[in-house]
Amino acid sequence: MSAPDHDELLEELLAGKHRALARVITKIENRDPGYRELVSALHAHTGDAEVVGITGSPGAGKSTLVDKLADYYRERGETVGVIAVDPSSPFTGGAVLGDRIRMASNVGDMDVFFRSMSARGTLGGLSTATTDAVKALDAFGKDKILIETVGAGQNEIDVVKTADTVAVLVPPESGDNVQMLKAGILEIGDVFVVNKADLDGADRTVQELREMIHMQTDRTANLATGHHGASAVSDGDADERADDEGWTPSVVETVAKTGEGVERLVETLADHYDYLESSGALEAKARTRYAEEIRNLLREDVGQLLEAEIERRGGMEELLADVVACETDPYAVADEVIEPLERCLEAPRE
Amino acid sequence: MSADQEQQSIRCLVAKVGLDGHDRGAHVIARAFRDAGFEVIYSGLHNAPDEIVQAAVQEDVNVLGISILSGAHNTLIPKVIDGLKEYDAFEDTLVLVGGVVPDDDKAELKDLGVAEVFGPGTPMEETVEFVRENAPQR
Repeated sequence: MSAPDHDELLEELLAGKHRALARVITKIENRDPGYRELVSALHAHTGDAEVVGITGSPGAGKSTLVDKLADYYRERGETVGVIAVDPSSPFTGGAVLGDRIRMASNVGDMDVFFRSMSARGTLGGLSTATTDAVKALDAFGKDKILIETVGAGQNEIDVVKTADTVAVLVPPESGDNVQMLKAGILEIGDVFVVNKADLDGADRTVQELREMIHMQTDRTANLATGHHGASAVSDGDADERADDEGWTPSVVETVAKTGEGVERLVETLADHYDYLESSGALEAKARTRYAEEIRNLLREDVGQLLEAEIERRGGMEELLADVVACETDPYAVADEVIEPLERCLEAPRE
Repeated sequence: MSADQEQQSIRCLVAKVGLDGHDRGAHVIARAFRDAGFEVIYSGLHNAPDEIVQAAVQEDVNVLGISILSGAHNTLIPKVIDGLKEYDAFEDTLVLVGGVVPDDDKAELKDLGVAEVFGPGTPMEETVEFVRENAPQR
């Protein structure tokens, strides 16, 4: 694919052509030659969308809730982009992506751009392409972007790195209060949604979540994650009192199937976004995100440079032979391969 | 493995169109495609042609497999194909039909732009092989 091809694609995307948006996301997913230039060109057009991540265990109702949220935003005249990630097979790399089935409220509405994605082997609940795909939707002009993660267990928390607001779905009866003590997914929620709130045990789950939140707000307030309690350091502005409180995660009850509680959820999500904007946490988040992105790209690039170096040394098989014969070890090989790069970077510069 | 290596994957939409509740075949195909390493988007039962077009365009699939057992293929498939054309998606989407389709209709569907029609009893390998050979590149 040549660069002019990408220029045209980009132009069409910015002009609002659905096919172009879809194709750009495909190129991002496939890591098509030149996709990085494409994403890099998208960057200037991003920053306007509100990105909400929805996570929770399989069957918690993520897809159904996303459908209802999208419908609600559409009623208000906003445009919506959805990225729904499902797991891929560790054996064949294949996947069945079934989140579309639940998108019943937005059938035939092209202003809801729904894209299914395979995790393509990535753990963490998202695919490597998700962040870049969000940029494409943002540049396309979507007002709201919803990211639905892989049905998460306890530790699939990558969505924090991509979304402004994270909603964690907790179905009723999902374990006793010891589960609530555990680290991981329950730490990342800005909003907790007890979905299927019409089921028995919902009240108890709400209660347990509230207790958990109450216990943790004191501790996390000091963490400079730019997440919950990015204690905004306001320089001088006396009337804008420094945000001591931070954001205390709220618990919302919904019944996604009927749409009950969705309005309240939308309000809560909006409250959180307002908080992010007014406290400066939004910018802090963006900075963390970009830093992470730059590091990732560099890791990728360095990885490639080193792959090439391995080739120059006769390929991995060659290096392995000595390791298997116990003449050297993996650590020594790694040191050797990276040595020229190290020397290069440490050399005095003009 | 290089991190920046290209990761082409064949994406297929498996769709059930119209008033037809028999999805066993679609499930079997979805599973077989998954095991062949394809990414399968399954859009569920009772899809309207519009809905299938919307899904095929947004998901940018290489392959659209429509399962139909109701006999309404002559009405519904052209609508899907017209819709794909409307969004410039017809040219590079391989359209397949699976289900019970009389021979006369098969020819007609192929004239419309359906690449192949797979009837009952088609070995799974045949369908998978056909997709591998004919799926348009992205």
